[in-house]
Amino acid sequence: MTRMAKVQIFGSLRAATDGKSEVEVDASTLRELLDGLADSYPGLRPQLDRGVSVAIDGRIYNDSWFIPIRDDSEVVLLARLKGG
Amino acid sequence: MALDSKTDTRPQQFKVVGTRPLRPDGIDKVTGRARFGADMSAPGMLVGLVLRSPHPHARIRSIDTSAAEALTGVHAVVTRADFAPPADPGVADVLDNCMAGDKALYDGHAVAAVAAISGKVARQALKLIKVDYQPLPHVTDVDAAMAPDAPALHEGRADETVPAGMSPNVMARHEFGHGDIDAGLSQADRVLERSYRTEATHQGYIEPHACLATMAPDGQADLWCCTQGHYMVRNTCAAILGIEQGQLRVTASEIGGGFGGKTTVFLEPVALKLSQKSGRPVKMVMSRAEVLRATGPTASSSIDVRIGMTRDGRITAGFAELRYQGGAYPGSPVDMGSMSAFAPYDLENVRTVGFDVVTNRPKQAAYRAPGAPMAAFAVESAIDELARGFGLDPLDVRLHNAAREGTKASYGPTYPAIGLEATLRTAKDHPHWSAPLGPNQGRGVACGFWFNFGGDTCVSLNITPDGTVTLSEGNPDIGGSRASMSMMAAEELGIPYDRVRTVIADTGSLGQNEVTDGSRVTFAVGLATIEAARAAKREMCKRAAQVWGIDEDAVIWEDGAARPAGPNAGQHPPMSLAEIAAIASNTGGPIAGHFEVNAEGAGVSFATHMVDTEVDPDTGAVKVLRYTVFQDAGKAVHPSYVEGQFQGGAVQGIGWALNEEYIYGEDGILQNPGFLDYRIPVASDLPMIDTVILEIPNPGHPYGVRGVGETSIVPPLAAVANSVSDAAGVRMTSLPISPPKLLAAIRSGGS
Repeated sequence: MTRMAKVQIFGSLRAATDGKSEVEVDASTLRELLDGLADSYPGLRPQLDRGVSVAIDGRIYNDSWFIPIRDDSEVVLLARLKGG
Repeated sequence: MALDSKTDTRPQQFKVVGTRPLRPDGIDKVTGRARFGADMSAPGMLVGLVLRSPHPHARIRSIDTSAAEALTGVHAVVTRADFAPPADPGVADVLDNCMAGDKALYDGHAVAAVAAISGKVARQALKLIKVDYQPLPHVTDVDAAMAPDAPALHEGRADETVPAGMSPNVMARHEFGHGDIDAGLSQADRVLERSYRTEATHQGYIEPHACLATMAPDGQADLWCCTQGHYMVRNTCAAILGIEQGQLRVTASEIGGGFGGKTTVFLEPVALKLSQKSGRPVKMVMSRAEVLRATGPTASSSIDVRIGMTRDGRITAGFAELRYQGGAYPGSPVDMGSMSAFAPYDLENVRTVGFDVVTNRPKQAAYRAPGAPMAAFAVESAIDELARGFGLDPLDVRLHNAAREGTKASYGPTYPAIGLEATLRTAKDHPHWSAPLGPNQGRGVACGFWFNFGGDTCVSLNITPDGTVTLSEGNPDIGGSRASMSMMAAEELGIPYDRVRTVIADTGSLGQNEVTDGSRVTFAVGLATIEAARAAKREMCKRAAQVWGIDEDAVIWEDGAARPAGPNAGQHPPMSLAEIAAIASNTGGPIAGHFEVNAEGAGVSFATHMVDTEVDPDTGAVKVLRYTVFQDAGKAVHPSYVEGQFQGGAVQGIGWALNEEYIYGEDGILQNPGFLDYRIPVASDLPMIDTVILEIPNPGHPYGVRGVGETSIVPPLAAVANSVSDAAGVRMTSLPISPPKLLAAIRSGGS
C-alpha cells in the first residue's frame, strides 16, 4: 500500500524541491523517508549526506531508521542538531 | 527507539529521586585525590609538547625537524607528514586542526610536536624546529570575512546553499521560517530594526586538556584523557590514525569542566602518534595559553533583527539575519542559532537566515546550547525594546506571544506540551519581579529555548554477592550523573542510594555511547539505567520464583524485595535484593541487567531569567545585584545538581554579557590568552543565583526527566543587557558590556 508522508522542507533546501515548502514521499518509516527524498529530489543529497534531523510529531530523531511515520504525522526536515 | 508515552505524566511518588544525597565524587575532589587528565603516569613516560604557529595565516613551505630529532633526550617528532590522509573525510578537518597541513590557519595552530624525556628537553627541541612560513593576509572579523575581497581561507568549500558571488569564506547558508514577513510587518504599529554583536567566548573550563597515550608495536593502544566523550575520542583517533576502534581503549579521567568544549580532540591523536613513533608512553598537557589560543571558543556573531509589534504587544513578524564566524573551518552553530532565535514565540510570520563564515581563528567548539545564546540576545533585546517603547510589561508581552502546545515552532515542527508559559507565569508571580529598585538600577528579563538530545547509550547494572549494586555507564560525569544514576537505580530497585555505586566504564567495557552533550545524560542514561534495573528485577523475580517453586509471573518486585502475588502464588516471606544476591550462585549464577538504546525523541526545554543590575555612571562598571532562574526540569532527580546547572549557565552568560571576549589585534594575534586578561566572573563578582525549578513531566522518560544542562545559558546575555539598558537608560546592542563601552554609550546618550 502506498503511504504518502508529507515532509516540510526548510528554506535553504527549497532550491532542491523546486521551491516547494512541502513535498510528499512514499514512506512509512524514517529510512524510507530519507531514501525517498534522496531519490525524488537529488538536490537534497548533499544535505542528507551531511546529516539531517527529522521532527516527527514534534519529537526529533537523527538515526533511528524504523521509527514509524503515520499518514497524518507531521514530518519536518531540519539541519542536523548538535549540542554542547 | 520510540519513547512516546513512556510515562504517565501525572506526578509520581518517589523515595530517592528528588532528594539531595551527598555527591559521590565530593570527598575525592576536595581532598585532591580525584585523578584528572594530567594526574596519570606510566613507566618510561615521555613529555609531549606542541609547536604552534605565530602567524594568523601562513603557507607552510617546509618544516625541518632534523636538529630537534638529533637533540639528546628527544624520542620522536611529528608533523602532518606523519599522518596519512584519513579514509573518513569527516575527520579531515579535525586532523587539520590537530596538526596543520599546507597552511597555518590561525595564531596557535599546531604545526609540529615532540616527545622527550623531560619538559625542558621538549621545549629546547621545539626551538630547534625550523618552519619556513609564507605569511598570508588574514581576517578575524565575521563581517570583514564576508566582504567580497576578504582574504580567503579555503577556496571552493562553500556548500550548495551559498548563493553565487558571496565571499569564499561563506561556507553555508541556512534559512528557516514560515509566513510572510512583509505582510506581518505591515500590520505592526512599530517595526524595530537593530544590529547586534557578540564576541567569541571560551567555555572557560578550569582543567586544561591533557592525556596519556600508549601505542604498542602490536597495534594495541590505550589512552587516558579528560573528555566529554571517550567513545568519540576512540572513534575519531582510530579514524585519524587508521587503526581499528577495538584496538584503542580510551579511559575518561575525572573532568574539570567541559561545557561543550571537550566534545572533540586536540592533543589525543598527536599523543598517540608520538607514542607510536617513540615506542614509549607520551603525556601531553596544555598550558592555559594553549587552551585559549588553540581549542574551541564559541562563535562570535553579527546579527540584524527586524521585528514588528502592535501597541498591545503582539508580534506581527520577526526576521533575523545571523552571521557567525566559527574559526578556520566550516561548522559554526549558526544553523542552531537560526532555528532557536524565535523558538519561544508563537509567530505567524517568522524567518531567519544564517551564514556560516570562516576566519583566521581557532575552530569553534560547542559551548552549551551552541549558537542559541547569541540569537536570543538579539531577539530578546529587540522584543524588550519594543515592549518598553509601548510602555508594556516585558513579561506580559512575552506571555502574550509565548509558544504553547500546538504552536508551530519557528523552525518548523508543532510543539507538544511545553513549559515556557509556566516559567513566565512563575516569574511574574515571584517577589523578585515586584521588588523595588534604587537609583542607577535596572531589571531585565529574557526567555531561552534549547532542543535537548538523546543518542546511543549503554548501561550495565550488576548485583554483587553482598547485595550492593554497581552500575557502569559510558558518559563522563560533568554534571552529577554518577549521583543521579545511582539515585534512579536505587529508586527502581527499592534500595537505599548508598547501596549503589556508579562508575564510568572505559571504551572496552560497554558498547557505543554518545558524548556527554546536548543535555542528554540524565535523560538518556537515566532511561537506560531504569531499564537495566528493571531487567535485573525481572531476573531476581525469576530466581525467587524458582526458590518458592511457583511461576515467575506470580512474583512482583516491591519495596526492594520479590514478593508472591496473585491468587495461586501461595504464602512466602518477601526475599530482599540482598537475600537473592546471596544465593545467586545457587540459582543460576550472577545477576545483572543491561540496556542499550538510541534514546531519540528528547523533549525541548525553556527558561526565563530575571536579573537586577546597578550601573556606576562614572565608570561604566556593572554590578549584578539579584538573579533568578526559572526553568522546567521535567523531574529534578537531584535538585542540588539541577540548581547548579541553572546557576552555572547563568554565571557563564553573565561573563559573556559583561566581561569575556577574545580580543584580536590588527596583526591577527590573540591579545588575551590568559585568565588575567580574559576575565571570567568569580564568586566575588556575583550575588547568589536564585533558582526556581518547575517540574512538568517529560512524557518521553519513565520518571519525566528533561535535560537541563544547556538552556540556562540561553537567556542571560539578553537578560543582563536588558537590565543594564534599563539601569543606564541607553540600549546596549554589543557584548560584552565592558565598562569603557558602557561609559561611552552613557556619555553619548545611546549606543
